[in-house]
Amino acid sequence: MTSPLSALFLREWRVARRLGGSGAMGVVFFLTLVAIVPFAVGPDPNLLARIGPAMLWIAALLATLLCLDRLFQADAEDGSLDLFHLAETPLELAVLVKCAAHWAATGLPLILAAPFLGLMLQQERMALLGVVATLLVGTPALTLIGAIGAAATVTVRRGGLLMALLVLPLTIPVLIFGVSAAEAASGGTVPFYAPFAILCAITLAALALCPFAAAAALRYLGE
Amino acid sequence: MRLCVDDLCVTRGGRLVIDRLSFSLSAGQALVVTGPNGVGKSTLLRALAGLLPREGGSVALASGPPDVELPQQAHYLAHSDGMKSPLTVEENLDFWSRYLAQKPDPRSRTVDGALAIVGLGHIAAAPVGVLSAGQKRRAALARLLVAFRPLWLLDEPLTTLDRTSREKFAVAMREHCARGGLIVAATHEPLGLDEAKELALGSAA
Repeated sequence: MTSPLSALFLREWRVARRLGGSGAMGVVFFLTLVAIVPFAVGPDPNLLARIGPAMLWIAALLATLLCLDRLFQADAEDGSLDLFHLAETPLELAVLVKCAAHWAATGLPLILAAPFLGLMLQQERMALLGVVATLLVGTPALTLIGAIGAAATVTVRRGGLLMALLVLPLTIPVLIFGVSAAEAASGGTVPFYAPFAILCAITLAALALCPFAAAAALRYLGE
Repeated sequence: MRLCVDDLCVTRGGRLVIDRLSFSLSAGQALVVTGPNGVGKSTLLRALAGLLPREGGSVALASGPPDVELPQQAHYLAHSDGMKSPLTVEENLDFWSRYLAQKPDPRSRTVDGALAIVGLGHIAAAPVGVLSAGQKRRAALARLLVAFRPLWLLDEPLTTLDRTSREKFAVAMREHCARGGLIVAATHEPLGLDEAKELALGSAA
């Protein structure tokens, strides 16, 4: 059972890292978005420090969604999706592994880049740690929820916008608890662990439910 | 092993494309499905592979391994070949051999062996994106060889192949039949299999 899944992970990872893959695109988008924030809101250090975690989270959310629309569409176009239906490995597991590889190739670089971009937004040490911790826990949920949208729009040409419209409302809880935990890390009235625990719960629920929802959408649309 | 199709009905876009089709095929036999465009050849193959829902009837592989479903014993080859263009031919085939053949089977060929059969050994390390259409098709045909599955469902397998490749592929198909495999191929051109049965859709069905 492990061999086909590790083979799939390796294939997805390689495709994302090679030329034209989605690996670098997310980070560059993330970088651009965060870099223009100080120009737009002004260089006031206090203001930047206050809105920093929220800005980093919004940028991470949009960067994740930007890369997700091709998650299943590329496989549908080149016929791989048909072959996934014929494999002994359940489609749900294939979806989960594809999400894991996608997260490793696009989500992890965002998390690694976040502390450096946080410095541009006047974030202190604790705030940086808070942002990194919440992104580490929260971005898998974004990828998994996004996978449902990617599966539901797999037959729609240029379905990226439609996917974002479908998925954005579902990602709002992740955003709310991610930002509130990140802000709580640098002080404030709310303890860090309360929103952080809810964020962990959302990710675990997404891990359990989203592969089934996405695989069901792929099965239905494949027919 | 025997492929039995009974009263198969398939609709596509609200239209009954395949209406009560029945045939059977025993191990070692090949079936060539012919007929004009749009008569339902591809639909038939997709329905056999379980990629389209059946309105009625049954498709079964008799006397195969009891715990394996039919789609898991079938190779499906259509116009799109399931190859990722940034990856090399070897990486693609290695992936499919590991993904489609759960248990190692002595009848599966190695990636190198399969590439030698289709005549792509010299460009195994080239990305699929730079191959010509015919070479891509040959790489896709090599996929059938790296993971042994008894039933081959081939949709226009010979498009873009030159004469030498067609002959090589005919040899591979004859070998597959000799090992007890079954082939259902939709095509307009002669496959090079003398003993193949023929199913003409549109007139008989």
